[in-house]
Amino acid sequence: MPSLKDLKNRIVSVKSTRKITSAMKMVAGSKLRRAQDAAESARPYADRMARMLSTLAGNLTITQSTPRLLSGTGHDQTILLVVLTADRGLCGAFNGSVVRETRRQIRELEAAGKTVKLLCVGRKGRDLLRRDNADKIIQSFENLGRKGLSFADADIVTTEILSRFAAGEFDICRLVSNRFKSVIAQIVTVKQMIPFAVEKAANENTEAQAAVCEFEPDEESMLEALLPRALGVAMYGAMLENSAGFYASQMTAMDNATRNAGDMINKLTLNYNRSRQAAITKELIEIISGAEAV
Amino acid sequence: MSDSILFELVSPEKLLISKPVAMVTVPGGEGEYGVLAGHSPLITTVKAGVIGIYADDMEVLSERIFVAGGFAETTQTRCTVLADEAIPVKQLNRVALETEAKALEGKIAATPEADRDALLALQEIVTAKLAVAV
Repeated sequence: MPSLKDLKNRIVSVKSTRKITSAMKMVAGSKLRRAQDAAESARPYADRMARMLSTLAGNLTITQSTPRLLSGTGHDQTILLVVLTADRGLCGAFNGSVVRETRRQIRELEAAGKTVKLLCVGRKGRDLLRRDNADKIIQSFENLGRKGLSFADADIVTTEILSRFAAGEFDICRLVSNRFKSVIAQIVTVKQMIPFAVEKAANENTEAQAAVCEFEPDEESMLEALLPRALGVAMYGAMLENSAGFYASQMTAMDNATRNAGDMINKLTLNYNRSRQAAITKELIEIISGAEAV
Repeated sequence: MSDSILFELVSPEKLLISKPVAMVTVPGGEGEYGVLAGHSPLITTVKAGVIGIYADDMEVLSERIFVAGGFAETTQTRCTVLADEAIPVKQLNRVALETEAKALEGKIAATPEADRDALLALQEIVTAKLAVAV
């Protein structure tokens, strides 16, 4: 049975923990709003980029001279997994689920006899994967976009991926990341980055347009310039979703923690009061039985 | 306004401009071109230079915006510019740009020739900015 003093101390410490978690929840909430705004305002560029690409790709048949970013290297032996996680923890299963999916992919691909390489964006992913897959990690980035994510941050990663692709280090590049579905649901997705999957022009209107569209310079050099950019945009979009997802996840986790701390305080207070009452009763009994004895 | 065209200027971070205008001039990779309503569909690269916006009247230049490069898609009814970086010409600061150009020159001299590509590209943009700054 802990003494009254011990109980009092526990209550005080849980109370201050609750203060911290509830403050973190609010900070995450406001950062989430900002991250969502950023993701929202980046959408027009991505939409228009996709539209332009589908017009272009709709006009093009894949030939020998098609940029390799679109046609692929013709092999699928070496696969680069880009693992996108947050830099910090205290966010529930956010980082863990990405890492779990990555491990599953690695197992599957290796069972099929492929070579897997990893590129980690975000400190947590690297830390978790370093334990069992240290030899596969070829590079990692951390603390990108600490003060608000900008396109330049995504560009650093994309440039690195592209230069490795140009050097022939891998054939296929996939991105494992959390897709932001809603504040309470982030879904781990695996997305093909290289060779670039272009959504074909969906409706007839754009196809008709494509048929008469002029290109300056010609389609192929246009694609050559556009594809790295499109990759950067995809990366930027994914990173924005990642940061929004992280804050959402952290907010949920901290909300739970705050609630748990509240429950714990209630339980401890009850305990404290009971033992206080017991001590008083005990003292009373001692006095009364002392008086009776006289 | 039947003779206006929807002009959109988008940077990776956000949609900067989206409004109907009478005419825009775009610094295309193969030469500057003007866009009026009913322009034939065209997709082109954009080089560092100035986009001119003629909001209401084809004779009156109402806004000048510097873009560092990108892509432009033109159809009969709209003109979309995907810019890497976009700044109104008015906001370009000549003095700050000159110091930046100097610093870049020093950096380029200090880097081995093989790694200069990125810096040289940056220098080109700064030079282009200087050319239009007031």
